[in-house]
Amino acid sequence: MLTEEEIKEITTELVHAERKEAASIEALMVVQKRRGWVSDESIRDIASLLDVTPDELDGVATFFNHIYRKPVGRHVIALCDSMVCWSLGYDPLLDLLRKKLGVGFGETTQDNRFTLLPAACLGACDRAPAMLVDEELHGPVTPEMVDGILQKYK
Amino acid sequence: MERPLTQHIRPHAEPLSLAEYEKAGGYRSLRKAFALTPQDIVAMVTASNLRGRGGAGFPTGMKWGLVPAVGSVPQPRYFIVNADEMEPGAFKDRLLLEGDPNQIIEGIIVSAYAVQTEKAFIFLRREYSLAGKRLNKAIAGAYEKNYLGPNILGSGFNLDIRIHSSAGRYICGEETALINALEGKRAVPRAKPPFPLACGLWGRPTIVNNVETVANIHHIVNNGPEWFKALGVGRESGTKIYGVSGRVKSPGAWELPMGTTIGELIEDHGGGMQNGYALRGMVPGGASTDFLLPKHLATPMDFDSVAKAGSRMGTGTVTVLDDRTCPVGFVHNIELFFARESCGWCTPCREGLPWIVKILHAIENGRGEQEDLSILEQQCRFLGPGNTFCAFAPGAVEPLQSVLKYFREDFERHIREKKCPWRTS
Amino acid sequence: MITIYIDNKPHQVKSGQNLLQACLSLGFDLPYFCWHPALHAIGACRQCAVKQFKDDKDMRGRIIMSCMTPVAEGMRISVDDAEATAFRKGVLEWLMLNHPHDCPVCDEGGECHLQDMTVMTGHTGRRTRFKKRTHRNQHLGPFINHEMNRCIQCYRCVRYYRDYAGGRDLNVFSAHDHVYFGRHEDGALESEFSGNLVEICPTGVFTDKTLKQHYARKWDLQTAPSICVHCGLGCNTIAGERYGTLRRILNRYHHEVNGYFLCDRGRFGYEFVNSGKRIRTPLALSPLSLSGSGQGEGDLQPVEKASALGHIAEVLSSSKGVIGIGSPRASLESNYALRSLVGPDNFYSGMSGPDHRLLSLIIDIRQKGPARSPSLRDVRMADAIVVLGEDLTNTAPLLALSLRQAVRGKEFEAAEKLKIPQWHDAGVRNAGQGARYPLYIASPERTRLDDIALKTWHGLPDDIARLGFAIAHELDPSAPDADGLDEETALFAREIASSLKGARQPLVISGTSLFNESIIQAAANIATALCAGGRDAALCYAVPECNSMGLGIMGGRNLDEAFTVMDDDLVDTVIILENDLYRRADGGKVQAFLDRAQHVIVIDHIMTQTASRAGIVLPAGTFAESSGTLVNNESRAQRFYPVFVPPGDIQAGWKWIHAIMSAAGRTEADRIKSLDGVTTAMSTALPLLAPVGDIAPPADFRVKGSKVPRQPHRYSGRTSMRADVSVSEEKPPEDADTSLAFSMEGSEEQPPASLISRYWSPRWNSVQALNKYQQEVGGELRGNGPGKRLIEPEPHGKPVYFTVDPSRSSQEIDGSTAPIYHLFGSEELSGYSPAIEERASTRNRDKPE
Ligand SMILES: Cc1cc2nc3c(=O)[nH]c(=O)nc-3n(C[C@H](O)[C@H](O)[C@H](O)COP(=O)(O)O)c2cc1C
Ligand code: SF4
Ligand code: FES
Repeated sequence: MLTEEEIKEITTELVHAERKEAASIEALMVVQKRRGWVSDESIRDIASLLDVTPDELDGVATFFNHIYRKPVGRHVIALCDSMVCWSLGYDPLLDLLRKKLGVGFGETTQDNRFTLLPAACLGACDRAPAMLVDEELHGPVTPEMVDGILQKYK
Repeated sequence: MERPLTQHIRPHAEPLSLAEYEKAGGYRSLRKAFALTPQDIVAMVTASNLRGRGGAGFPTGMKWGLVPAVGSVPQPRYFIVNADEMEPGAFKDRLLLEGDPNQIIEGIIVSAYAVQTEKAFIFLRREYSLAGKRLNKAIAGAYEKNYLGPNILGSGFNLDIRIHSSAGRYICGEETALINALEGKRAVPRAKPPFPLACGLWGRPTIVNNVETVANIHHIVNNGPEWFKALGVGRESGTKIYGVSGRVKSPGAWELPMGTTIGELIEDHGGGMQNGYALRGMVPGGASTDFLLPKHLATPMDFDSVAKAGSRMGTGTVTVLDDRTCPVGFVHNIELFFARESCGWCTPCREGLPWIVKILHAIENGRGEQEDLSILEQQCRFLGPGNTFCAFAPGAVEPLQSVLKYFREDFERHIREKKCPWRTS
Repeated sequence: MITIYIDNKPHQVKSGQNLLQACLSLGFDLPYFCWHPALHAIGACRQCAVKQFKDDKDMRGRIIMSCMTPVAEGMRISVDDAEATAFRKGVLEWLMLNHPHDCPVCDEGGECHLQDMTVMTGHTGRRTRFKKRTHRNQHLGPFINHEMNRCIQCYRCVRYYRDYAGGRDLNVFSAHDHVYFGRHEDGALESEFSGNLVEICPTGVFTDKTLKQHYARKWDLQTAPSICVHCGLGCNTIAGERYGTLRRILNRYHHEVNGYFLCDRGRFGYEFVNSGKRIRTPLALSPLSLSGSGQGEGDLQPVEKASALGHIAEVLSSSKGVIGIGSPRASLESNYALRSLVGPDNFYSGMSGPDHRLLSLIIDIRQKGPARSPSLRDVRMADAIVVLGEDLTNTAPLLALSLRQAVRGKEFEAAEKLKIPQWHDAGVRNAGQGARYPLYIASPERTRLDDIALKTWHGLPDDIARLGFAIAHELDPSAPDADGLDEETALFAREIASSLKGARQPLVISGTSLFNESIIQAAANIATALCAGGRDAALCYAVPECNSMGLGIMGGRNLDEAFTVMDDDLVDTVIILENDLYRRADGGKVQAFLDRAQHVIVIDHIMTQTASRAGIVLPAGTFAESSGTLVNNESRAQRFYPVFVPPGDIQAGWKWIHAIMSAAGRTEADRIKSLDGVTTAMSTALPLLAPVGDIAPPADFRVKGSKVPRQPHRYSGRTSMRADVSVSEEKPPEDADTSLAFSMEGSEEQPPASLISRYWSPRWNSVQALNKYQQEVGGELRGNGPGKRLIEPEPHGKPVYFTVDPSRSSQEIDGSTAPIYHLFGSEELSGYSPAIEERASTRNRDKPE
């Protein structure tokens, strides 16, 4: 079930949408912002609010990178794995993160604190290697900085 | 040297507030524009020779002039600013968006007036959340000052701007895929024709322009097309936000005259290669452009010159390949990106790119076979322009085809030695 | 016509189409996947690549997708160009990278478009050495099997299911090489037209789950052209048999009727043919007695055919009076034979009084005109539609599917303004923005077409009729008005009237499902008023059963009248043909009727409640085991052919009646000895039915001196099928009644359209071989569509209006008596198919189905 708050926020988005389905991504994000991810149940709930079928909404939800159809931890680390970051130290950074967090890509730490994901070029090639933690961009990240960065996120 | 686009941008500092921006001459262009007819502005932009900064370099004035007349197609029209910047190596739009958001809004207002739309969207990649916050602030300020909203400054012109924060996929940057995403659909591209100019968002005439393109418009209105033309050093007009990334001493993005050479970019602005590294090649305009070699350093970075050298200017952000990075690994990484970001609509891209990735991975790991090279070459031809549904796949194989051409011996060595020569272990 | 040059040779092609369609129509074997004549082009698969040259000097040319390129005068292309050929091979190689290569265990094997295209493009070896990606499959209900690994991502399934059929629970998920076609979660597909996925999917992702229960390869199926018996629309089908069981139903293309598609009842309802409830031998109460009562109560025993017939002959000769009860689910021929046996005065149509009256009324309207009776193709062309009283998805499913296409016409109109051609599917949809031609539905409940209706309106049956009368009156003031309409309804009537008036091809649809004469009359008035105003109006009636129209035309008395004559003690013997009276009248009345009859003889194929109460039961052939003619709702008479010869005494109803006549020593028996005999006799006796003799070639028709084989050349196992009995091969059964042979010997040439029992052409083994049977791809079959319409309205008839029946008002009508039809579960025969039964039980109760 969607919360009243969520419904309200989605309804506000609907005001701006030329067609209800045009607010699909906004609506999915409203829920993801609060719950961290979008469950099957949420898909069904949002779909009925937007007058689409779950099949239709899920077709959209699964297309995009930033809609999580699986639970994630409290913080999402998106490590850029594209051209510039790759050539400027992505591999050692990934190894380090894996070791520190004890998880690989697509996995969440036991304490549910971090989920580690690969990211397509973050548009921070002048700051490579870069990573995004939640909405905050870090870069260039050296192995020495990793502990300090992780500590910021509880 | 004039730097109209970045004049107010200071690294690591907050952007100008609306009041500061106005004081520095911002929003002057609106009154000027409203005194002109939309056709006048289109004519000015045409005369300025501004070419789209989104990658393809399509003349902006010509594009605007192609919007079908009201009455011949359903209305309203929509204006979309493409701020999806997801091409590996590109980070120039972020500089403009974060550095001077008011300028972008001003550019949009003038552009929207010129193409007579009352609704504009900024299609912003989600990772650019800082830019999003700043843009939102700039938009709110503009509404307060009646730079946006109904009857702007008594001109009778109305405009609303909405930011759509993309849910992420490189293909969203392709204008028709972008339109599908805005409609809340899967962001697969649409067949052209019909072009968005006639039948775009919700079947209406839709103009899509890159952030940097839009940022130029009000300057052209303020200073005139001749001024704009004079900004370039070669045959092309204006300034360009260029960037350099990779193993250079000081990577970054700078506004320079259009036509600055690749060598100047890397040496003078990027500070040259880092100590201990030598330049082997570079992709001049993002990951979807053909490699060039050190012998091309004298090439001016404008659309035609780079094309003549065998590549594309693309986004104008150069990434260097150094001598201690394996070119096979480098291009493998590039193709991995494209394979993953393919929308999955057409066969060549959906199936061809993952196959390319698997072959490159095998070669890189010493499991390559001689036949692989001819397969790769064939794939590059098969994924060329016209064979795929949109320009994504042809762009994706540009770096590969050039790497195969220029660094073939590196591939041969991998296969012969059954290992990557760059790997120590 | 314009000229295009293909590999330097000039060809004449129709302008306005895309190059792929043009090339296929010219007979070129150009591979394709994502294109489909009913779904048009999207340019996704890139398989249809050819070379285009600027002019005759251009030697390089460039690769284009033929499906996305309009033909243009003087254009020069090459199909054979080396680069284009290599690219097409490359596309196929891509598609096979992840394909499981599991053809041996794939139900599509041997009729697979992917297999055909693989060979056609010359992709003969695997160059990749890498792992394939795999997918999880879903349970999609009792009809459709899902095997995603075989997917080649042509997007046809979702385009058909969603864009064409209006389904919303099948979609594409994820992106890049992970795209997945299925549902959000496991569960039965909701669309009533899901079965078409089987034919739409060019590989084995979506296959027929019912076929899987008793699988046979395409080339091992004995097939014959058939007509669907599960509603009144007469969709053309191909039925396939092996080892004496019916294995599946496929669509048989009819340009004017069902096009490329069937509904799920039509496709999966066939298994009553294989049912354990089948009557397989003559049965009788033991001992056979001349005075035996009609009540069987389960002690029917098998008897020899000869003794059954002898007994019936005796009964007939000693009887006080014999009546025959025919059936709207039996062929014209069987009904006519019965009518000949008992005499026209003693022939009853088998329809209840109300049913019979409604049909007579419809036929009367049909004959008088002036409105056209539209084919389903005409329906697809309509540009303003009003539906009075029918829930078409459940009562006439393909009509509903056709309406979905009709309303889309508006999008084509919008696209045309932007010069976007019809075949540019995505362009049309984008330009059209879901615009629809107006569809108005007035019905007692929500219907499954509400989603495409401009407006819906709910009311009791008589209110619907009154609305209809009001619309007609709006159109032509000389048409009688319904009085006492509330303001809102009057306004609605006005809106509909003006919308119909403004249309090029307005269409009025009604039917018998509400048992309401006034609705039918009201619909006629609307159409008449439109014609009076100079519009080219079409009037379409949905009728309940596969031969309702045929029986209506044949005439006879109704079932209630049969009850009366029995009550009056005028008769003591009744012969019931393929009819379960308990489904048509009050059970008590039927019981009393059967009780009073001294002798009840039932000829049927399934042990119905009626059959179980008979004194003698004769095993009739189903549509799959007999031949005959059915007349659909538009009055199109169409022939079905036996697919196989059932074991034992099972034979066509009319053959049983011929046998009875012979046994009774009746001289006229000879006239109905053969199929051609019955139709000739029928044509003479009933002039309206005269065209039936010409709807298909006569039995002595030959193609190049040979019969048309029901078995394909590759039919295997013929010599070993009976090896456990005898190693010498039996002579195949003769089919004296038709020009089809129960063997693989005969002409492999394309037969006349009514005799097409499978599609095959060199290099084309899948259903796509159909392209080769059409005059132009997507158009008429060569030699035009099979069947003939029996009634064409008098186009210049003076408009005659029905008057509003003042004796009825909505207050007196009990709305709850209006029956609710379900596609799955309401119809008699399909109810014996396990898959339909399962689907009926999983019906989603929240949604109107
Ligand atoms: C795969 C692909 C990705 C693209 N990504 C972007 C992008 O991120 N930003 C952009 O402005 N244009 C991008 N483009 C180009 C746009 O389709 C479009 O041409 C451009 O936004 C037009 O703006 P302009 O005329 O101002 O250059 C992309 C094109 C393709 C084929
Ligand atoms: S080339 Fe094809 S699969 Fe690739 S992004 Fe474009 S449409 Fe999608
Ligand atoms: S049939 Fe032309 S691209 Fe698929």
